[in-house]
Amino acid sequence: MIWLDTIVQGVLLGGLYALFAAGLSLVFGIMRLVNLAHGDLIVLAAFLILVLVTALGLNPFLAALVALPIMFVVGWLLQFFVFNRTLGDDILPPLLVTFGLSIVIQNGLLETFSADSRRIGTGALANQSVSLGGVHVGLMPLLTFLSAIAVIVALNQLFYRTALGRAFRATSDDAVTAGLMGVEPKRLFATATGIAMIVVTIAALYLGTRANFDPSIGPARLIYAFEAVIIGGLGSFWGTLFGGMIIGVAQTFGAAFNPAWQILAGHIAFLLVLLVRPRGLFPRAVD
Amino acid sequence: MALLETIGLTAFYGDFQALYGVDIALDAGETIAIIGANGAGKTTLMRSIAGALANEAGMIRFEGKSIGNLPAPLIVERGIAMVPEGRKLFPSLSVEENLLMGAYRRKGKGEWTLDTVYELFPVLRERRRQASTSLSGGQQQMVAIGRALMSNPRLLLCDEISLGLAPVVIRDIYAAFPKIRQGGASVVVVEQDIGQALKVASRVYCLMEGRVTLTGTPQELSRDAIRDAYFGAAA
Repeated sequence: MIWLDTIVQGVLLGGLYALFAAGLSLVFGIMRLVNLAHGDLIVLAAFLILVLVTALGLNPFLAALVALPIMFVVGWLLQFFVFNRTLGDDILPPLLVTFGLSIVIQNGLLETFSADSRRIGTGALANQSVSLGGVHVGLMPLLTFLSAIAVIVALNQLFYRTALGRAFRATSDDAVTAGLMGVEPKRLFATATGIAMIVVTIAALYLGTRANFDPSIGPARLIYAFEAVIIGGLGSFWGTLFGGMIIGVAQTFGAAFNPAWQILAGHIAFLLVLLVRPRGLFPRAVD
Repeated sequence: MALLETIGLTAFYGDFQALYGVDIALDAGETIAIIGANGAGKTTLMRSIAGALANEAGMIRFEGKSIGNLPAPLIVERGIAMVPEGRKLFPSLSVEENLLMGAYRRKGKGEWTLDTVYELFPVLRERRRQASTSLSGGQQQMVAIGRALMSNPRLLLCDEISLGLAPVVIRDIYAAFPKIRQGGASVVVVEQDIGQALKVASRVYCLMEGRVTLTGTPQELSRDAIRDAYFGAAA
């Protein structure tokens, strides 16, 4: 039974990693922008939720709801005024600029909130569990996983069933021709990053309520997100969820074997997948 | 008043000058053809009008207003749609989604909808769910034309729509033009196929090395005059 339990806990943890990764996958899929500040933006959103909880006394879920539009605007402005200027044939400028932003966010948070680790309290919810076929799972991890599925479904619907999603895919194919159809790529990209920040905020809610966080943990979240996206195959949202689950399961098995092995086991699983399927498990586009 | 006018239009790619003062005019309801050899500036002219290349504002006038400096999305909004050279369909999108992209900026109703485009090119209705890349060249060209029509343009720019297609397919595609004109669009066709251009257009402009070298109605223009304007004076 310990096997089953380990798998279930790993799958649920994978939901969190999929939430980390979905926004990254969205932005990369549309504009080939690798946002190295993605993890730090998750931490930034977690601090925003924390401030809303402590200053206004809001319930964390309500606070996240308030943070959603704020982070959308942050993402929109960031893309429109900063990232758009870096896009072009050369892949180096976006890497340098987002790397710089990562440092700016980390140090800005350090100045404002100090290096103390924090946590967003969820009260009684934190300790509640439900029994699923003999395995006890925490209510919060279960909510995290269900939220990840909801986010993936929503992103798929947006991408494949709406005019906005059609424009996303068309612009990703050929921005100049999309312009001839009336698409303004810079505004469209800003909207995409805004949506990615909505996903980031949802990820931040579960990051901040699950465990302690401090201004320095962003880059590690970025690595998990990257690994989930690459295992899943670029451009596939369901693949991203699956990639997150593989890393989650590998980590919980590693931890069950020896707690020191938790993080390493995730990375090893990633490298193994990369070795066998260099393009990921469910690649969408051939490019 | 002319629907579209270019006045001393010049265009550059960096330091390279592609157009040297091109003057063309088109009245509402008219179809004109731009002919010329490779590198004559035909596509540059189309890209300038469509806003894919920036020009000085006053060099291009549409319905009496200067549009030379507007970017492509605002040009579409004014009622100019382009069928780009090489079709440029979106490979990740189905046939129907490609058509719908043409209506991205559209406001209100007009002649062209998915249904009327499918009536114009019935084969597309059967293939609406397929990836645009799975179609034959002629069918892809139909999608590209339908996509441009979906914005309900008052001016349709067709860049080399016969390129790489079999004569019988070209005939099918040009057979749609009377209906397109009935739909209220004036048309500029860019062609290397002079015979086709003379058949469809009421007036022809010939470009050579970025300048208009000849203009007139198909009846006025002799084969010799066209050849000289196309390749330079008789060698």
